[in-house]
Amino acid sequence: MTLALEPIADPSAPLARRNPVAKLAAALLFSLPLISTVDPFAPAVALVLELALLPLFGVRFGVLLRRAAPLLLAAAGVLVAMTLFAADRSGTLYFSLGPFDVTSGVVATAAGLILRIFAVALPGIIVFATTDPTDLADALVQNAKAPARFAIGALAAFRLLPLLGQEWRALTLARRARGVDAGRNPAAKLRLFVSTAFALLVGALRRGVRLAVAMDARGFDSGIPRTYARRQHFTGADTALVVTAVIASATILTLSVLLGFFRPIVG
Amino acid sequence: MSNTNPNRWRTIDIVIASVIAVAFGVIFWAWNTVWSVTEAAFAFFPPAQSILYGIWLMPAVLGGLIIRKPGAALYTETVAAILSALLGNKWGGTVILQGLIQGAGAELAFAALRYRSYKLPIALLAGALTGLSAAIYDFFAWTYAYELWSYRVPYGAFTVVSSVLVAGLGSWLLVRALAPTGVLDRFGAGRERALI
Amino acid sequence: MSEVRFSGFGWRHAGRRAWAVRGLDLHVRHGERVLLLGPSGAGKSTLLAALAGLLPDDSGEAEGVIEIDGLEPAKARERTGVVFQDPQTQLVMARSGDDVAFGLENRGVPAGEIWPRVSDVLDRVGFPYPINRSTAALSGGEAQRLALAGVLALRPGLLLLDEPTANLDPPGATLIREAVGQAIGPETTMIIVEHRVAEALPLVDRVVVLEPGGGVRADGAPEVIFAAYGDRLAADGVWVPGFSFPAVRATTRPTDHLVRAEHVAVRGRLRPVSIAVGDSEVLAVTGPNGAGKSTLALLLGGLLAPDSGRIEAFGDKRPPHRWRATTLTQRIGSVFQNPEHQFVTGRVADELALGPRRIGRSPAETRRIVDDLLERLRLTKLAGANPYTLSGGEARRLSVATALATAPRLLVLDEPTFGQDRRTWLELITLLAELRDAGHGILAVTHDEAFVRTLADRAIGLGEPDPEPLPRRVRP
Repeated sequence: MTLALEPIADPSAPLARRNPVAKLAAALLFSLPLISTVDPFAPAVALVLELALLPLFGVRFGVLLRRAAPLLLAAAGVLVAMTLFAADRSGTLYFSLGPFDVTSGVVATAAGLILRIFAVALPGIIVFATTDPTDLADALVQNAKAPARFAIGALAAFRLLPLLGQEWRALTLARRARGVDAGRNPAAKLRLFVSTAFALLVGALRRGVRLAVAMDARGFDSGIPRTYARRQHFTGADTALVVTAVIASATILTLSVLLGFFRPIVG
Repeated sequence: MSNTNPNRWRTIDIVIASVIAVAFGVIFWAWNTVWSVTEAAFAFFPPAQSILYGIWLMPAVLGGLIIRKPGAALYTETVAAILSALLGNKWGGTVILQGLIQGAGAELAFAALRYRSYKLPIALLAGALTGLSAAIYDFFAWTYAYELWSYRVPYGAFTVVSSVLVAGLGSWLLVRALAPTGVLDRFGAGRERALI
Repeated sequence: MSEVRFSGFGWRHAGRRAWAVRGLDLHVRHGERVLLLGPSGAGKSTLLAALAGLLPDDSGEAEGVIEIDGLEPAKARERTGVVFQDPQTQLVMARSGDDVAFGLENRGVPAGEIWPRVSDVLDRVGFPYPINRSTAALSGGEAQRLALAGVLALRPGLLLLDEPTANLDPPGATLIREAVGQAIGPETTMIIVEHRVAEALPLVDRVVVLEPGGGVRADGAPEVIFAAYGDRLAADGVWVPGFSFPAVRATTRPTDHLVRAEHVAVRGRLRPVSIAVGDSEVLAVTGPNGAGKSTLALLLGGLLAPDSGRIEAFGDKRPPHRWRATTLTQRIGSVFQNPEHQFVTGRVADELALGPRRIGRSPAETRRIVDDLLERLRLTKLAGANPYTLSGGEARRLSVATALATAPRLLVLDEPTFGQDRRTWLELITLLAELRDAGHGILAVTHDEAFVRTLADRAIGLGEPDPEPLPRRVRP
């Protein structure tokens, strides 16, 4: 496992090319409304739509599968948790596990929840897989009017990420060299983890202080209005992407209500 | 530099808040590699997973305690959330909204004291409020279909307790341990050590 | 082109009792190139930070005056540019060209002018890659060249270089020296702080030596200064050219191998190599960056498992990487390139006590070991200090001391003399020579030719890495 921020998709695909702010807005406006229901219908339709759009984002199915792999574990967790803790145990009884009745209601809810996890997560995974952090920061500043000092400051810190990943490995080895290892004792393992994390944080903060000084030395805080070396444009196609996402999400939820599937999370 | 408004963020404030978020991104990644077993174990008893929540919520409280400026908790937790989305976490883009909500929780605690106190009780309060905001978000967004008293309420309670202990107490202890290393010398949190 | 004037200047960092600089009177004329020297702690870096306008009011207390072209430094920020030691904390952006553009954007240079200026300055410093080259993929020397380009793009009248080669290996240092020589025209005033005088001498026409208590000790043309003050500067830790050391060789011959590695390799990091280290000898491993020297040190230190080949040590049937950590530290001590990686506690004395305590020494024994090491490595005064607050030389001594605390017979050191001033360097050589004479085996991975010449009984060179094709520079 590595720590990297490079986009993992073909950046020239029609939708991958869209403005990062537009992509992010579209992903959020599409997936957040889906949280409002726990029925299986809405997320199933959404998921079909998302997978259909995949090629337009230039994301290969295998790549997506790797990124979404942790979701499978979450799905398994939902299955177990639903068996133990489902609120709704109506419907036909399929079988019983000790005191826990697994009914059609339980299975339907579990299926809904699992589909929902995937449907809500995929848009974000797709968008971030096709977005370069620099482009995102540029677009946030130029198109979403985010304060430049904060966007660029965060971006500069992101650059330290792979460096800190390597540092973690070095710290781990250095602890063994000092005669500190945990073996199988979980308490010792936790202590070792905390001590390594502390050393990582000290190194990271020290780097951060130096980085901030170097940035100021190059006029970051000069108060002169910044110019943009790289332009990000928000075009009609970007607006269309955002509007389409809203319409798609609204349509799916309306269908879910009309067809009687809708189960709101409030009330 | 000529600007003397104490609430204005210096470059170092912005960078350090962001670096805290990045460092926790790495710590989280390392946790998942070191303890991959727990992920599976927690998957089968999800309320226990909320213990992990405490670490996830630390940037909010730590950012507030170190930077000591309005917006620090909110900004740090939001950057942490954006980073985790960029790294490809499993909750997709909605994690950004979640980060905003959790950051706002801790921010509320610091704002309540008008950004004047950063002592232990405030750290605990910030931990409690960020945990509470996280629990409320999950209560509606993720745990709706579960039994109220045997799952949803314990899950929320675990989240808040873990947040008070790990994010609140943990961050306060961390600042106390970081100050003597000298890396916080340019922050109020680091200046409270003796002349050397 | 800028002119600099200090009158009675002083600065004290917040939280410190002592002044970092005090009572400084100095005048640097237009277009001069000044090498600033002085022992560690004479306030050289503070002085550069002050000139760059990077000492904020809230971080300390100032006295006296600094003027750059008659302006105070904070108001002259647009005229100054500064390059620091560590390239990794100066680069801001993910792509090389964007990084150079960063400063131009900050100064409000119109977008149309930015890219021509970026291309131009990258050519001047001899940056060999396209502008979209990832900054994470650069070597130390290349990254420092890029940092220099980022500063020069702003066309500073006063260029400040704060030990620009201290974090670089010799080839990287050469890259920077060449880049500075090529890229800086006669219209730029330059002040450089550098321990490795030989690196800086071709670039300067005046040397100023600071007195640690405050003020200037000597000021003049390089040859005059080194003739008059060379030995004193050398004693203060400055790498004065022409002051070399007699070699110290082993007094006895190795009787046995402590560790022997046969055809060990790590995929993508180290090609198969066989190596053995005996007792009472210093073995140096040299070679270019990327040849796998540090990987080899980790293998022999029992910290990494080889993908192929075998390692046998101390007559144990199990290879070192399978040993318990407490067993390992009693046989092999590893010293990492960055001492801070090895710090585990909050006090110097606790740091030394950790090893002995973990291998089951009694409290009395532990105290004796700690006191002895503190004394031997001149750390007694720092026993209560936080390890992270130590200077580079102190931290290096502590990291060696922690490895010695568990009395291993084999020491594996990764770049032990890296970035050290001459005084610490000499102390390390003396200490390692003593350890060798006491029967320890020492393996040191190093770029430091003086180290090899002075101390090593044998040297092994690891091969060249595969050369990377240089892509042509293209505009995005």
